[in-house]
Amino acid sequence: MSLGLMLNKLSEGMATSVLIFVLTLVFSLPLGLFVALMRMNRHKVLQNLMRIYISIMRGTPLMLQLLVVYFGPYYIFGIKLSPDYRFWAVIIAFVINYAAYFAEIYRGGIASVPSGQYEAAKVLGYSSSQTFLKIIFPQMVKRIIPPITNEVITLIKDTSLAFAVAVTEMFTVAKALASAEKTMTAYIFAGVFYYVFNLIVAFVMENIEKRLNYYRL
Amino acid sequence: MEIFSINDVRKSFSTQTDVLCGMSLSVQKGEVVAIIGPSGSGKSTLLRCATLLETMDSGELVYEGIKAAWNGPDGNVVYAPEETLKKIKSKFGLVFQNFNLFPHYSVLKNVTDAPICVQKRQKEEVYEEALTLLKKMGLSDKADAYPFQLSGGQQQRVSIARALAMNPDILFFDEPTSALDPELTGEILHVIRDLAEEKMTMVIVTHEIEFARIVANRVVFMDAGVIIEEGNSDKIIRNPENERTKAFLRKLNL
Ligand SMILES: Nc1ncnc2c1ncn2[C@@H]1O[C@H](COP(=O)(O)OP(=O)(O)OP(=O)(O)O)[C@@H](O)[C@H]1O
Ligand SMILES: [Mg+2]
Repeated sequence: MSLGLMLNKLSEGMATSVLIFVLTLVFSLPLGLFVALMRMNRHKVLQNLMRIYISIMRGTPLMLQLLVVYFGPYYIFGIKLSPDYRFWAVIIAFVINYAAYFAEIYRGGIASVPSGQYEAAKVLGYSSSQTFLKIIFPQMVKRIIPPITNEVITLIKDTSLAFAVAVTEMFTVAKALASAEKTMTAYIFAGVFYYVFNLIVAFVMENIEKRLNYYRL
Repeated sequence: MEIFSINDVRKSFSTQTDVLCGMSLSVQKGEVVAIIGPSGSGKSTLLRCATLLETMDSGELVYEGIKAAWNGPDGNVVYAPEETLKKIKSKFGLVFQNFNLFPHYSVLKNVTDAPICVQKRQKEEVYEEALTLLKKMGLSDKADAYPFQLSGGQQQRVSIARALAMNPDILFFDEPTSALDPELTGEILHVIRDLAEEKMTMVIVTHEIEFARIVANRVVFMDAGVIIEEGNSDKIIRNPENERTKAFLRKLNL
């Protein structure tokens, strides 16, 4: 197989990996915030539900969660699965898993904003939603950029787990090529891909961090 | 005209004995009241109850004749509906010991945001007024700075400007100089003295006894959640009658 053809095949896998990455973030970042707010809610039931959800998501392997999401509908409800569902199972599993991790990061970020900020806002008459959106949220974002960066970088590498349900992402393609061609080349390309992807993400996150450097907490 | 009064306020925190044991305070328009007293006597708690940061267990809270809270038939406190409280909140301001400026907002935004977003006032008018206030505080060149770029004294002046921008009828201060280096307390005391000269109604919790004597019309000495002695500032500080007041002032002078 020519190098060009190999790259062509790999690039399809690459696109899938990037798509998994982007969709996971797009859904899990807001969902995580929602979970964090429920986790910090006064209602004990809601609080405990979220506590259990987060603990399960963090306490079991993502690979297992992925398999449950993928095979669950069939084994539990006997629903016949369309081949398209593979991809969406990956997205669902990743989103609910990452939302749990993000929720804990958000919660820490919100809790670390000093109570004086809430008090100042309250005395000035801000409503509770104004206080959260204008005062607390921006300060939380600044505090959580480093741990979020860690998770996002882990996510890049985690996209290769989609392999477990035979979604043709980067790693799946590389493995197929390697065994068909009996060479390491595809793996090397895959490695380079993940590495460069990481570099780009790290660069973007660093820029966000720099942009928020106009003030200090 | 009475601007503010709090009557027979009781407050305790879960486990402890009463922090405020049925004390009352009334402030007239243009009056400057200084509250002094040992650490833990309930001075901050009193201000926090007055500014609705803390709920009283029982008592009455009134701003300009409008009741914010009163005792219900069962003896427990009842607070006015949210709408009334919102109106009442625009009548007072609070300056914190540690400023509590919004770190992500510039000085100008710290001062203008609440008047624009909470009081829904005209932007142009608010900005103009804010710049005048900053000028008065000697901070004209700091409008675009962020709080971390300012000294403690400058930050506290911004927080005073932020409170004044809401056009409150009464301003509460909780030890406004305690978080500052000694050489910076002067600039804050100066600002407060200027406000007193403009007949701003103020209640100031402070450990600066000499400052209290000069600026306040009335000094209130608190201990263990009650008012021990109050009256003309010169008299209370120079010639206290109560033994506890004497002992407290003696300790400070050592
Ligand atoms: N949120 C709280 N929970 C429990 N106890 C509290 C709380 N706030 C205050 N207290 C207690 O109430 C008492 C009075 O506190 P307060 O802060 O009102 O005193 P203070 O007169 O302002 O003292 P200082 O001069 O040190 O500022 C103290 O014993 C304090 O421990
Ligand atoms: Mg205090």
